Amino acid sequence: MLTLDALHLSFGGVAALAGVSLHVDAGDFFAIIGPNGAGKTSVFNCISGIYAPTRGRILFEGKDITALKPHQRAQLRIARTFQNIALFRGMTVLDNVKIGRHVHLRSGVLACGVYYGRAAREERLHRAAIEREIIDLLELQDIRHQIVGTLPYGLQKRVELARALALDPVLLLLDEPTAGMNAEETEDMVRFILYVKQVKRLTVVMIEHDMGVVMDISDRVAVLDFGQKIAEGAPAFVQRDPVVIKAYLGEDFQVA
Amino acid sequence: MDTATLPRLLAAQALRLGRRQAALREKKYGIWQEVTWEEYAACVRAVCLGLAALGLERGEKVALISGNRPAWPYVELAAQSLGAIPLGIFVDALPEQVRAVLEHSEARIVLVEDQEQADKVLSVRDAVPRLRWIVVDDMRGLETYRDPMLVSLAEVTARGREEERRAPNRYDTMLADGAGTDVALLAYTSGTTGASKAAMVSHRNLLAMATGVAQVDPVREGDQIVSFLPFAWVGEQLISVAIALHVGATVNFAEKPETTREDLREIGPHVVIAPPRFWETMCSEYQVRIAGAGWLKRRAARLAFALGTRALAGDAQAGRRQWNTRVLRGLARLLAFRSLHDKFGLSRIRYAYTGGAPLGPEIFRFFRATGLNLKQVYGQTETAGICVLHPDDDVRAETVGKPAPGTRVRVAETGEILVAGDSVFLGYYKDPAATARALDDGWLHTGDAGTLDARGHLVMIDRLQDVLRLADGSRFSAALIENKLKFSPYVREAVVIGADRPYVVALIQIDIDNVGSWAEASRLPFTTFQDLSHKTEVTALVEAVVTRVNGELPAPARIVRFALFDKELHADDGELTRTQKVRRGAIQDKYRDMITALYASTEVPAPPLAAGGVR
Repeated sequence: MLTLDALHLSFGGVAALAGVSLHVDAGDFFAIIGPNGAGKTSVFNCISGIYAPTRGRILFEGKDITALKPHQRAQLRIARTFQNIALFRGMTVLDNVKIGRHVHLRSGVLACGVYYGRAAREERLHRAAIEREIIDLLELQDIRHQIVGTLPYGLQKRVELARALALDPVLLLLDEPTAGMNAEETEDMVRFILYVKQVKRLTVVMIEHDMGVVMDISDRVAVLDFGQKIAEGAPAFVQRDPVVIKAYLGEDFQVA
Repeated sequence: MDTATLPRLLAAQALRLGRRQAALREKKYGIWQEVTWEEYAACVRAVCLGLAALGLERGEKVALISGNRPAWPYVELAAQSLGAIPLGIFVDALPEQVRAVLEHSEARIVLVEDQEQADKVLSVRDAVPRLRWIVVDDMRGLETYRDPMLVSLAEVTARGREEERRAPNRYDTMLADGAGTDVALLAYTSGTTGASKAAMVSHRNLLAMATGVAQVDPVREGDQIVSFLPFAWVGEQLISVAIALHVGATVNFAEKPETTREDLREIGPHVVIAPPRFWETMCSEYQVRIAGAGWLKRRAARLAFALGTRALAGDAQAGRRQWNTRVLRGLARLLAFRSLHDKFGLSRIRYAYTGGAPLGPEIFRFFRATGLNLKQVYGQTETAGICVLHPDDDVRAETVGKPAPGTRVRVAETGEILVAGDSVFLGYYKDPAATARALDDGWLHTGDAGTLDARGHLVMIDRLQDVLRLADGSRFSAALIENKLKFSPYVREAVVIGADRPYVVALIQIDIDNVGSWAEASRLPFTTFQDLSHKTEVTALVEAVVTRVNGELPAPARIVRFALFDKELHADDGELTRTQKVRRGAIQDKYRDMITALYASTEVPAPPLAAGGVR
């Protein structure tokens, strides 16, 4: 489904990524882990088109998307969430989610301005889909009309997931979805992620620091260190890899 | 021959109202979806035949563990249609409690709302071998379960439709076999006074009561009712099932429990019944909002309240509504209360009831002063909900009103309230001893102490066993003092003790929200509930409340000492009932040390009182 082929990315003299190759199969739950500064988010930024890799190729469903603009990749139904919440804080939950859907609106500025016939119909259909597939799924009914900035952090993270889902993605990139959450919020979030993945048959790539979460829910794990992939495989396998333990988990890491 | 049953009433209303009127409305996917009377009846028919296909037979029990959603009345009325007996279990019941009820009731089928409740039942099913099927309303998350006991409500309905095609008259035959004297539901009483019992309430009981109430307060066809209190509570059964079926009112279901407040506003119900806690919370919230508002709004609110109170007093004196109080009321509405009613979704209310426990007269008067037609009702599970209520033109805070038509009330020499009439229940399920204690020659012994006044109004004092015999020999209601305390937004719960003791003491639970914001405003840092209730500043705050209340009490009933709970009382810890009423027995047991400490001093200390004594 998604293949990164020897991705290089450098900022001036600093090599953020030095030849990272990954392959994610359709339906996989793929986790990327690694210490701070290992290049995890850079990989995401390359996939979603925010950074252009210095060298290397990105293939999505067999097609080379390396040269595509971010919005074109969104149209291919690649959605992502951000490590630091990237929502419109002054707008309502529903409006934020609707913006996630905007890329799929076919009516032009003029038709939407007149808002009659097809444009109105189209928006109603999208709204119904949002209610059915997102608000209901992520249990956002009670905060639908609240301003995002007034919500607690854990909920904002869920709204961010909702905004990404509004794109109706086939590939979902999650950048530390449970960062900064307490145990209960984390459990809720993981439940939601697993649930939407199952219901919407998504392929998920996730960056995560919480080892418990990674080991519990991912099918495959890739470990990055200094812009290079140092290991890849099933969670249990990666967990035992001496190179990984040394580089990332630390000498004392106890397998739970 | 008494043939009126709830499902027959549904069939009759479906015939009469058909597609003209909505019977149920549910907010789903952000939009209100209507179910007409015809569809309602068709759904009940299908579910009924589906349950029959699962092997359910006349006289067997069906348990329901679900929040307020259409599935509840569907399954309840379906079970009643075939002569089975539904019983409700509160959604927050612990697995152990679920097991106890399933075992006691010998339920064959249980309807569960979702995965959470299904898991609860699955975890105890080995202990209840008589249970055959678990019917699930919302299958979300259960797709991967492979359990032969699980079946979705949709599947049951589908099987029922199939059965209907095969035998189109079967449902009508089953319906014709029902009689009004049949048990319509098993109502597990909330157990403020100990272990819960299952009251057998008949169709006739419920319908007698619905008819009686509708005679006093004519609820009309097409009126909006919001169903948001647990169906396992008899008050909800009365309004959302019996009265709604009786008059053809529309029952609305909120989207989720969390959205109830917002949905209440969207619906604008005409009738609402709620326990005192609901009104107490609303009143506290209003007080806190006003206290935090600007100068102008505060003045407007105070003026509006003064006008409203004047209007009430004027009407009470004249015994009817007059034009000059009408003007006062109108002004008060404009100043503050119109927006208050609007905010809380009370704008269209014709009848609002408070029942289940006594509501403090201060809160009662507050809502009356805002122009809301709030009425006290008195009743219990054993009388199918309401048996005494205020007529529109004779509402007084001190009383709970007059007996509804068809109900007789008298007070025994012991001071106990006795009730007779068509709404008095059949007895306790599998408990003839308790039935014999409760029913004596058609008179129900309520266990409540009260008096009848000159105008035929019932005055409810308290539970017989909670009536305080004070040091000077007079009798006084603990609940009255508790309600005075709870009128303060800072007090969430209060337990007053003093029966057979040298003086009166109180255990108080602060309201974490309101005391929390008070602490924030006074720059008092705190972490948890426990931390907050241990602050000396908070003790001083509550002491001020106690001092104010003492000013309104006769000397022997004054609270001499009080202590604050350092945790929130909770039903899971056995401190509250599932309807959020305090269980005094359990609390006196659990907090014995605290109470002993309050009585530790040898001489009687003076109660805290404002300078100048009684106002």
